[in-house]
Amino acid sequence: MTLSEAKQAVVEDFSMYDEWLDKYEYLIELGKKPGPFPESSKTDEKLIKGCQSRVWLDSKVENGKVIFSADSDAIITKGIISLLIGVYSGRTAEEIADDDFAWLDEIGLRENLSPTRSNGLVSMIETIKKIANSLRDNG
Amino acid sequence: MKEWFSQLDEKVYGKPLVYLDNAATSLRPRSVIDKWTEMSVKNNSNLHRAVHYTASKATEEYENARKQVADFIGAKPSRIVFTSGTTASINLLAFSFGECCVREGDEIIIAECEHHSDIVPWQLLCQRKKAVIKVLPVDETGHLCVDRLPSLLTEKTRIVCVSHVSNVLGIVNPISKIVDICHSRGVPVLVDGAQGIVHLPVDVGEIACDFYVFSGHKMYAAPGTGVLYASGDWLDRLPPYMGGGEMIGTVKWSGSTYAPAPQKFEAGTQNISGVPTWCPAITTAEALRRKDAGLSAIKEYVLEKLHSIGGLRLYGEPAFPEDKIPLFSFTVEGAHHEDLALILDKMGIALRSGQMCAEPLMDRFGVTGMLRASFAPYNTMKEAEYFIESLNKAISMLR
Repeated sequence: MTLSEAKQAVVEDFSMYDEWLDKYEYLIELGKKPGPFPESSKTDEKLIKGCQSRVWLDSKVENGKVIFSADSDAIITKGIISLLIGVYSGRTAEEIADDDFAWLDEIGLRENLSPTRSNGLVSMIETIKKIANSLRDNG
Repeated sequence: MKEWFSQLDEKVYGKPLVYLDNAATSLRPRSVIDKWTEMSVKNNSNLHRAVHYTASKATEEYENARKQVADFIGAKPSRIVFTSGTTASINLLAFSFGECCVREGDEIIIAECEHHSDIVPWQLLCQRKKAVIKVLPVDETGHLCVDRLPSLLTEKTRIVCVSHVSNVLGIVNPISKIVDICHSRGVPVLVDGAQGIVHLPVDVGEIACDFYVFSGHKMYAAPGTGVLYASGDWLDRLPPYMGGGEMIGTVKWSGSTYAPAPQKFEAGTQNISGVPTWCPAITTAEALRRKDAGLSAIKEYVLEKLHSIGGLRLYGEPAFPEDKIPLFSFTVEGAHHEDLALILDKMGIALRSGQMCAEPLMDRFGVTGMLRASFAPYNTMKEAEYFIESLNKAISMLR
């Protein structure tokens, strides 16, 4: 699946729900899926600043693709970061760095989350971009 | 009384707003909004300075508010300093008190349940003066360990800072007892009344504390209004905090003299439109207190229902009903406070989640945050029931 196909798939998933509570149910289901994220990786350096809950994001490069993994102590947040890394993990640094992240506005995630959470989302996006940018510049 | 607060008619996400974030700020009644507007529309003029009609009208409104606030807490008007809020009151006090009374090696005792605004200003002072902070702990039920206070007090203790009611625990602290203990050792006491003033009758003469501070915006008045009350001759002894217009006697290049208190502490243009709203706010608070019976029933109901939820831990367990204001902070096993707040938000319920400006207290209880529902007299039993029902629903979504 290409990056634009992956984004389109999420947008279509979200369009099935009219109610925000249903969208939360979707994110909660996503958040409940246990991701492989060892306790030892939950360090301050991997903590994303600006979220009310704690979110850890880790990355590595395999065969020229950026592989993200993430965890959070809050399920909806974990659902959101899972949504993001589901779309961006396995892409090249260039692809991620050049992306406009506009699909997040299409699904209304940005404006429909409370201000603190919205800040958290912004921080998540910025951290992903930062990682991609530095990999591109140094790669 | 619901009709006094037009915001209660608002809908969020198509659902009626259930406002349970009253401990953060209260809603404002029509009478307050009217006074606020009137001051901008008809009576806007700077205070104390000019001889013209509108200036004297605005000054009269401002000084009337001082009289009414003084009456409300049983103080003399000359002992009431207007500030922009509790935070500003404590910063003023920490600076001025620090200048006059704190030296290197001195000690300041702060209760463990304090809001950041009753911690950080004292930390700043301690950095300036190389003084030390000591902590009066709370026990597992959220009650202050007052029996530990006598041993914390030393000849170096300069002041004890304690909230009337903690913004997290909701427990009514035994401030008269604390004042007695401290005064018997010659130590003054600051009471942070930001939450207490909203729910409890306050008579500063009876409490006998040296300082009592509170905000207008939590008790129906305009935001940007606050009070520092000081007993006896404290205001005459403390040096000014901010310099500027209206706080002076004379200004010469060789030096300045200051106006008597409270003007000495009110430099610059004051909150011309906001301060007069203290009058309708106090009238509202008094009227709502008389109708408080409904709130006691809500408190009893919410307490009982929260206790019945599996895995829920309430912080601030009352020993008897009057021991707690209708403010409930809790955590739920398997449901993060932020997730709960987000889901309840979409159900139309406004709550607070997170550290609630009391990080040391979060550390004390070993949590990263809590969820808080705080009720006001205009909340109804129906809203309390909806809150409990929604909370249960949200928990089941997350588990």
